[in-house]
Amino acid sequence: MSAIDPLVGQPARGSLLGIEHLSRADISGYLQLARSMNPQKSRPLLKGKRVFLLFYEASTRTRSSFEVAAKSMGAMTTLILSSGSSIEKGESLLDTGYTLRAVGADVIVIRHPEAGAPLLMAKHLDIPVINAGDGMHEHPTQALLDAYTILRHKKTIKGLHITIMGDIYHSRVARSAVHLLTKFGAKITLCGPPEFLPDLATTLAPGLKVTRSAEEALHGADVVMILRVQKERLGGQALSVADYVDRYQMNSERLKLAKKDAIVMHPGPVIRGMEFSWEVADCPQSVIVEEVRNGVPVRMAILAKALGKAK
Amino acid sequence: MKKVGKHNSDSLLIKGGHVIDPAGNLDEDLDILLRDGLVAEIAEAGQIRGAGLTFDARGLIVCPGLIDIHVHLREPGQSYKETIASGTAAAAAGGFTSVCSMPNTLPVSDTAEIIEWQQSLERGAVVNVFPIAAATYGSQGGKLTDFAALQKAGAVAVTDDGKPILSDDIMRETLLAAAKLNLPVIQHAEDTRMTISGSMNESAASFRLGLHGMPSAAESSIVERDIQLARQIAGSHIHVAHLSTAGALEAVRRGKREGERVTCEVTPHHFTLTDADIVDYDANFKMNPPLRAAADVEALLVGLEDGTVDAIATDHAPHALHEKIIEFQRAAFGIIGLETALGLAIKRLHHERKVPLRRVIELFTSGPARVLDLKGRGTLSIGHHADITIFDPKKKWKYDVSKSHSMARNTPFDGYALIGKVMATIIAGKIVFEG
Repeated sequence: MSAIDPLVGQPARGSLLGIEHLSRADISGYLQLARSMNPQKSRPLLKGKRVFLLFYEASTRTRSSFEVAAKSMGAMTTLILSSGSSIEKGESLLDTGYTLRAVGADVIVIRHPEAGAPLLMAKHLDIPVINAGDGMHEHPTQALLDAYTILRHKKTIKGLHITIMGDIYHSRVARSAVHLLTKFGAKITLCGPPEFLPDLATTLAPGLKVTRSAEEALHGADVVMILRVQKERLGGQALSVADYVDRYQMNSERLKLAKKDAIVMHPGPVIRGMEFSWEVADCPQSVIVEEVRNGVPVRMAILAKALGKAK
Repeated sequence: MKKVGKHNSDSLLIKGGHVIDPAGNLDEDLDILLRDGLVAEIAEAGQIRGAGLTFDARGLIVCPGLIDIHVHLREPGQSYKETIASGTAAAAAGGFTSVCSMPNTLPVSDTAEIIEWQQSLERGAVVNVFPIAAATYGSQGGKLTDFAALQKAGAVAVTDDGKPILSDDIMRETLLAAAKLNLPVIQHAEDTRMTISGSMNESAASFRLGLHGMPSAAESSIVERDIQLARQIAGSHIHVAHLSTAGALEAVRRGKREGERVTCEVTPHHFTLTDADIVDYDANFKMNPPLRAAADVEALLVGLEDGTVDAIATDHAPHALHEKIIEFQRAAFGIIGLETALGLAIKRLHHERKVPLRRVIELFTSGPARVLDLKGRGTLSIGHHADITIFDPKKKWKYDVSKSHSMARNTPFDGYALIGKVMATIIAGKIVFEG
């Protein structure tokens, strides 16, 4: 195995590691390209390319949509899960990266429970790395598909009242969404109990509002983004489920406070009875299933850009 | 600049330098003659006739040998990170003539046997090593170690560094037992119940990076508790290791004002970098206590200047590459610091803040010697140990970790611009390092 080189390089062109450092033009570029992608009609844009999906954490949506996106453009995909691979035997992140590179990876899509893991890998490899979610840090492909979804229902992001409610502290989806939507001029209100929404959250981007009241947060919202309570990241925090449901669950009553044409989003997986009442998850305003569907063309665009086949 | 003459005598004459010895109240051009490992003569320039070696110190500062009261030398048990030989070679290169080694070795330094082993000649130490012993067996926070036996074996203090003593009654027992022997108790002040899975300071930066934070209150609350406990025990001495927060500093300042025997040390990285410097998950910026906010750094700088801080200590913590070039949260805490300490202190304190060199030197010499009661160290009086550091206070240079004497490479200061360079490190009258 190659020795770890302490010298650090820049991530390869086409890497997508986070939204924070992207420009509006970068983001618009992804969204525009996504609109020209049609998963129903295969195009061999990535014929002969090898896309490696390296998942250190569970995933249904992200993993399957990356796989479908890659395959519908003619690429070959290989899935590596932390269980059942040498990661279980203690192989380090970088050695795993060097191994996949040696096997012939043209791009690595990585999901990892630790913030910064995709960046570490990208700095040591000469192929693009795509962040499919790193710890509590970022989930840039989710933010892009959410922006794509919003723009199918709203003309522009600028000026929209967007409420993000739930477990924001543990949420990489929230961080990426805040970065993206702020760059395009949305008015964002964050809502949740202090355990899930520390006051520090306002420092994430300029102009963020924080409220503890779901009613206040939802009033007049154009877009409502609900987040899952992440039991696997709680690390011993005491939180009463009953109390949370009582104060923050998205139910039909609360939905009425938002604008008539408001859309309701959720990155999934939805835990019904927790952050959502059963009926709201399936209500006409819910775009949860559409978000998943939109994940495919958006990830096609991301892969095409990563492999230099954007034209 | 320097010339070394004939090698036919056991004496060394340091000529033409500017001597600063804060404890001896010297700040003038003087020559110093070292003989048989001791300071033999100090006199006005040109007054001493040297028979043996001569070191030309024109344009340089000559001061008591620097003392670092907080280093990790990793032996026994972790010689893949560092050895006593390599760690002390780095110390000599950094101008340190004495270091005090922390007991979080494998096994933990909790017996007289280990303390003696660390001081044995076979370890190949380049500078003086004063071991610090564990306060409780295995640093488990339970049964106290045999302080008297450890002290007799050479331990200069007790601590469970890295595994802070949280239980009030064990801390009280520790202070009581140590007070009887006039041993300082060193505390790594961290209420670990507040820092679970934390890897950096709790701040806007930790929120943005998605890393669990370590609140500053986790440090200050333990410092306040320890001072409270020490207040009730006559003769006790509590020393706060690597103090990093404004709150803890204020507690120490208050304690001192009220006459308590409380001392503290600050590391160069804590008075130089902030949590905002952690931008790309480089684990060379990960240490415990973590880099803090700009307001904390400002408070530390004030404390270093006004006397609240007793010593600069490096918390030199070597780790192997495979423990640092990994995911930030999984990476080991700590950085090496012996070779960059003086250059950072002169740059930050003397050049940027106009703190007199004399005060900077005090923080490296008589200050730490007083904290751990290292007799005959940290000053240049006649008859004292001939441990001397000679440095160029104006020399600008860049640290190159690939040339480090340490076995480790974990530093955030690779390529960093420093001011002040060690030109010679002298121990017991012998030059052990020349820059």
